[in-house]
Amino acid sequence: MRLEARGITHAYGPVRVLEGIDLSLSEGEIVCVIGPSGCGKSTLLRFLAGLERPDQGQITEFGSPPPGSLNPITTIFQDFALLPWRTAAGNVELVLEDHRLSRAARRGRVAGVLAKLGLSEFADAFPRQLSGGMKQRVAIARALVVEPAILLLDEPLSALDAQTRELLLDDFLQLWLRERFAAVYVTHNLQEAVRLGHRIVVLSRRPGRVREVVTIDVPLDARGGEAPRLDAIARELWHLLRDEAAAADREVVHG
Amino acid sequence: MADGRPVPYRGEVFRPREVRTLGLLGIALLIALWQVASMCGWMSPILAPAPSQVAASLWTMIESGALWTNLKASLLRLLGGWGLGTAAGLALGFAIGLTTLFRSTGVPLVAALFPIPKIAMLPLFILWFGIGEGSKIATIAFGVFFPTVVACYGGVDGVDRTLVRMGRSFGLSSWSILMKIVLPGALPAILSGFRISASIGIILLVAAEMIGAQHGVGALILLSGNLMMTDQLLAGVVVLSVMGLTVSALIAWLERRLLAWR
Repeated sequence: MRLEARGITHAYGPVRVLEGIDLSLSEGEIVCVIGPSGCGKSTLLRFLAGLERPDQGQITEFGSPPPGSLNPITTIFQDFALLPWRTAAGNVELVLEDHRLSRAARRGRVAGVLAKLGLSEFADAFPRQLSGGMKQRVAIARALVVEPAILLLDEPLSALDAQTRELLLDDFLQLWLRERFAAVYVTHNLQEAVRLGHRIVVLSRRPGRVREVVTIDVPLDARGGEAPRLDAIARELWHLLRDEAAAADREVVHG
Repeated sequence: MADGRPVPYRGEVFRPREVRTLGLLGIALLIALWQVASMCGWMSPILAPAPSQVAASLWTMIESGALWTNLKASLLRLLGGWGLGTAAGLALGFAIGLTTLFRSTGVPLVAALFPIPKIAMLPLFILWFGIGEGSKIATIAFGVFFPTVVACYGGVDGVDRTLVRMGRSFGLSSWSILMKIVLPGALPAILSGFRISASIGIILLVAAEMIGAQHGVGALILLSGNLMMTDQLLAGVVVLSVMGLTVSALIAWLERRLLAWR
């Protein structure tokens, strides 16, 4: 399944957020979207997820989702969006409950993804009992249980500390190597972008426009050995972003 | 560092704790003091009867069954009125929290009607529903209704929007989102609304019973006052206090059961 956004333009009242964004996502590809804060990255993701409608432009999906996919386009949220009154297993099960699955099949799927993310022993823990990293793992398990074709990730690691971030980044890489889902990964962290992105889309400050698209042709599982090259790309990205970020930092937020 | 000094501790802040035994002791002490004052003849046994007299009167009423007759009448009214008002209040509260139509029309209406002292409506309710149970239950229901509406839509408003958005993004049905995300999310606010509405219910119960009822704790208190039976009057007040405590304990139990995840 492929996804394509054409000419996405949007304003919240008088504030223009996005202007003429084109973006495409091929099968099994990870596209990272970076840009200064407030450039409309998250808004763009909500459009892709169908959670909001842009003023102009279209989002089109091509091809059919793999058989068995219950929610082809699935979002992973920055602040995890776990229900505090449900256990880890309950949170994962939630998104299966509206589908025609036998109780046993549902439980089986839940146990399967929890095991895949190393969460089996936390199945009965409530979110407040889990660390930030574990919470996000539960959220990833919840996203994977519906067998998505496309994952949309909205700064999934921003709420975590640096060490946890590193661990989850590795986990996520391993998952991708196994499942080969397509993903749009919104982040403001350049290191994450160069570690995960097949392509990196750099947005300008508000109103967000595509400033540059950087393709990294190093396979994801070979990136550990290419640190100097990736660092060079990250530096180049920072160079692109620096002035935009500085200007964005000095902007007064409206609304 | 020969002249080193420890940094003085200045982290002390007001941090009151609740010691249960101390609380019980306080009540016991007050009653004991009162008993002693009565026994020494500092207080008139007619205007302020001793705790022992109040207890004796309470026991007499328990033995004669008068207490149960009155308590039953009161509890049925409270249950009926509170139940009706709460059911209607939750329905409107959710409607206001979820729909533009009810938000736009309901909020001003609630703001206009909430401040009316409900007991002022009792004469009208008597005309509408008769002097019997109907008017009393209506007064209580009316009084319980508004705080429940406000607590409920406040609770719905307070539900984390990202959770609802998450539900949508996974394609959950609106019914699922309502029952599994909005309702549990609003529950803490709804339960603290219950605390307020239950006390309002008891206040209105007694007020309504004092205006016109044969039985009921409020009627008992009024009658005792008219007969100068102050010991029985205070026994009725004690019953009200126990009633309030029981309701509050019941809600605390509900909170522990339903909000264990907090």
